[in-house]
Amino acid sequence: MSRLEVLKTYKIFIGGKFPRTESGRYYKAVNSKGVPVANICLSSRKDVRNAVQIARKAQGPWQERSAFNRGQILYRIAEILEGRSSQFVEELMLQDYSKINATKEVEAAIDRIVYYAGWCDKFNQVSSSVNPVSSSHFNFSTNEPVGLVGLLLPESSSLLTLVSYLMPIIAGGNSCVLIASERFPLTAITFAEVLNTSDVPGGVVNILTGAVAELWSPLSTHMDVNALSVDLKSPYLKDIQLAAVENLKRVMCMHSADEQGLVNITDFQELKTTWHPIENIGGASNSY
Amino acid sequence: MLKAYNINDLPSSPSVDKVGVEERVARFQSRSIKNQAKMQGLKMVLSMIDLTTLEGKDTPGKVRQMCFKAAHLHDAYPNLPSVAAVCVYPSMVNLAKSIVGVHGINVASVSTAFPSGQAPLEVKLADTKFAVENGADEIDMVISRGKFLGGEYAFVFDEIAAIKEVCGRSRLKVILETGELTTLDNVRKASDIAIYAGADFIKTSTGKIQPAATMQVTYTMLQAIRDYYDETGKMVGMKPAGGISNAKLALHNLVMVKEVLGQEWLNNEWFRFGASSLANDVLMQILKTDSGVYQSSNYFTLD
Repeated sequence: MSRLEVLKTYKIFIGGKFPRTESGRYYKAVNSKGVPVANICLSSRKDVRNAVQIARKAQGPWQERSAFNRGQILYRIAEILEGRSSQFVEELMLQDYSKINATKEVEAAIDRIVYYAGWCDKFNQVSSSVNPVSSSHFNFSTNEPVGLVGLLLPESSSLLTLVSYLMPIIAGGNSCVLIASERFPLTAITFAEVLNTSDVPGGVVNILTGAVAELWSPLSTHMDVNALSVDLKSPYLKDIQLAAVENLKRVMCMHSADEQGLVNITDFQELKTTWHPIENIGGASNSY
Repeated sequence: MLKAYNINDLPSSPSVDKVGVEERVARFQSRSIKNQAKMQGLKMVLSMIDLTTLEGKDTPGKVRQMCFKAAHLHDAYPNLPSVAAVCVYPSMVNLAKSIVGVHGINVASVSTAFPSGQAPLEVKLADTKFAVENGADEIDMVISRGKFLGGEYAFVFDEIAAIKEVCGRSRLKVILETGELTTLDNVRKASDIAIYAGADFIKTSTGKIQPAATMQVTYTMLQAIRDYYDETGKMVGMKPAGGISNAKLALHNLVMVKEVLGQEWLNNEWFRFGASSLANDVLMQILKTDSGVYQSSNYFTLD
């Protein structure tokens, strides 16, 4: 007797748990030949609401962790991903990657995570400054995370893109609600399994799957979301920018997943400038 | 003068079917509430709130701030009701009264050595008198749970009756502290004692003990009120307090009150929520229902 294949249902990731979408709706992810590869949750605006609520609670404690500890945790993500790389290679191949390209992609993703893990306790030193001012003040500018970042991944995205967008956001102490690519959601959810086993506190990263056409609006109008990261080529970019006006969300666009760099972290940092009164002895030159 | 009962008049309390209560409560939570009814319900919830601060660290400044919030819930959104009352410790009654009195908001004061109730009767009476003389419109007393659990029902009954006497025209709410009563049968028994001893309101909890106002407990107390009403024709109010921190749960409670007691109880004369963080969540829901945009607590004043 032939065996009926069991198609895995990939669940969403909210607050360190894997619930099904509250809407109870699903769709089938297919490969380029139209063959179904998995059942995927079709999330609703209420899933967005739940994810934002939990991401908000998680953000403060995540920001308060030492930068060094955040670096350790990001590095741990890379370690776990390394250990599970063969699963990712397989899943990428389900999405029509050749074995060579899939392996390359996973390796590049791991390297990128390590790259941002390294930045965690260094970006602030590099991008902060002590500013010359003409009064008796010690004046310095330093970074603070914007808070809760909504991330709409590019439609074509896969593992490397996901990592390139997500890591700089959480490296800087933000929490994130991520909407996976509608066509290629597999790696995003499997990546959630990696996050869940690698010391990332629940709620810091929340991953939803579903129709971007349905999810962009509740996310970009939400008053408790502080910034958005959106693909420059997204068809909803203009609508998102308009919706973001209400609470002046920062809308950032990364040009391609090939970039890595400090700017991707500071895109989601607010520069806080502090004026600290100091004693100015006899008009001496500025000394601090 | 109403006829005063004594402990011997108390009917034996029926035992509570826990499984049945849970099933009934689950059904209250599955009602579909459409937008228009939801809006009406949310505003009703606001008007039923006893905005509460009962911390050891309360200061006049904190009470002043909360009283302002009580009268101005969210001025950016017109036509909102104000809350029913503010609930404070006796030492803050005078101050609270001087601020919210002009807005028609009542001042409720906890008393009788809140929250433990571990003090002699004279102290409890003096505590209550002090609050009443300072202008408290409502008194929230706690029962002696230790005595109750020890089976000294007459003691508990007489204590409530004695406090009721010094309340004068202030309405008396009797806090059962259901989290310490352990069973629904005890909750029912304590409810009956409080009601027959003269309570104007029965209230679930102090807010200091978990679990507090679960729907099962509130349902059991509502049923006691219902039975008393059927027997005597007299209404008693209900105040769940503690743990009701979101709008959805508050709406479920309203559904329950409507279906167990009826329309007459759906106003702040007969039903209250004791809460501190509920008001902002209800406000956020009202604005969300109106605008379609999910709200952030950053844009609402602290209470």
